[in-house]
Formats: sequence, structure tokens, C-alpha cells
Amino acid sequence: MKMSLQVELEQQRNVLIVRLRGELDHHTADIVRYKMEDAILRGRCDHVVLSLKDLQFMDSSGLGVILGRYKLIKGRGGKMVVCDTQPSVKRLFELSGLFKILSFYDSERSAVAGLEVVS
Amino acid sequence: MSGHNHMKLSFASRSENESFARVSVAAFVSQLDPTLEQLDEIKTVVSEAVTNAIIHGYDGRTDGIVTVEAEIDGDTISLSVSDQGRGIEDLDLARQPLYTSRPELERSGMGFTIMENFMDEFDVVSSEAGGTSLRMKKRIESKKALFN
Repeated sequence: MKMSLQVELEQQRNVLIVRLRGELDHHTADIVRYKMEDAILRGRCDHVVLSLKDLQFMDSSGLGVILGRYKLIKGRGGKMVVCDTQPSVKRLFELSGLFKILSFYDSERSAVAGLEVVS
Repeated sequence: MSGHNHMKLSFASRSENESFARVSVAAFVSQLDPTLEQLDEIKTVVSEAVTNAIIHGYDGRTDGIVTVEAEIDGDTISLSVSDQGRGIEDLDLARQPLYTSRPELERSGMGFTIMENFMDEFDVVSSEAGGTSLRMKKRIESKKALFN
């Protein structure tokens, strides 16, 4: 069956870049959960960049799965940052208060650069 | 555009129908000529309400029925999302930001907060025997009216 969300993973040194394309809701949240969990637990990444340029829709189920991965990374001593958010997605981050605990960047490049300063 | 119009959708309580419901309602609301932001708000609200019905009303069972109704009256859209599942025990608690009855499912607890923020009116009717019904209203100021 065709999924309305695609997850693309790319490792750059100790940073895992997660690109989400499509719609993140309760139905598609599990894919994000499993793919990220697998990459974080098996890979050698310390930090995660969540790249959301092509994420067209997100609801509170998306916030839940992102918060869960944030806790996992933080528990391992790493950082998770977000870049390239669409206005509607950004608004949900603001409304939920996640805007205060995650750092936001304009591009993947600036997000990775920002992480390398802190690592 | 003015006057009355309405629609009603009933579908199985399967998670793949969450996107079906929000896209259908967005298509219906489009006749009011909403802004992209208003359309995103409506889609998000429908997604929250239908997800709640599936996860909380029916505990993830796929044999339930979720009913979505939308009504246009002038420049106002009324929405109702109903299930015949298990009702909400404590409504005040459920409406608290960040509260979730199912922390093991990694819920953010933001569903009600989002619906209340994105709509002008928001009301919940719930009973253990009769399921839950969310009723909401939002006024859509037409883009045309703004520019005239």
C-alpha cells in the first residue's frame, strides 16, 4: 500500500539527517518512529537534524513522535535540531511549546554547522 | 458565496482514513474561498478529532464507525466528528494541554489544545454509553471580501 509519508535518512559523520516528505499523522507516525529508532540505536550518530522542507502536513501525532525521538537522543547525550519548516508545521511547534526546547534553522547546512559547534 | 450546504461522511475507524477525512473536509470548505492558513487549520482539526475517535473512542479497533459532518452557513463552517465508542471519563482533564490518557502510545496531549486554538467555537459531548461527539465552528472571512 502506498504510504503518504517518505522517510529519507542520511548520515553525515556523527549527525543523522532525517528528511520527511509528505504527511505526518497518526497513521504514518510509526514509520518515523521505527526508522529513526533503528538508525539511532544501530548507527553511530550523536545528533539528529530533522529536515522538514517537504513535510506538507503534521498534526499532534507528529509532535508526539518527534518529542519521543528528542527524548531518546537527549537521553544519549545528543541534540536534535529542526530545519526548513513550512509555516503550518512551524505553527504547531510554536503552539505546543516544542519551539522552546528544540533549535530551529533555515537550512540543513546551517543546522549541521550549528551542531558541530556544540559537539 | 452564501447560503446553506452540508455533507456527511461515515467511514471505518482505520488510521488510513485520517487523511481521507481531512482532505475531504478541506475540499468541501474550499467553496468558502479560505486562505491556505485557514485550510491548514481545518485539516489539522479534522485530523485531531478523527485520530481521537480511533485511538481513544475505539481503542484502535477498526470495526467502529467515525462520522464527520460539515455544514456551511453563510461564512461559517460547522464541523462535527462523532464516534460510538468509549466516552471520555473526565472531560476537564482531557482538555488540559499535554494531558494524555495513553502515554504509552507517545501521544503529545495537544489534540484538544490545537482544536480549541484553531476554531472559534469548540464543544465536547461525551457519555460512556453513547460515545463522543466534537462540535466546532469557524468563521471564514472570504479573501474576496477582504480585498474589496
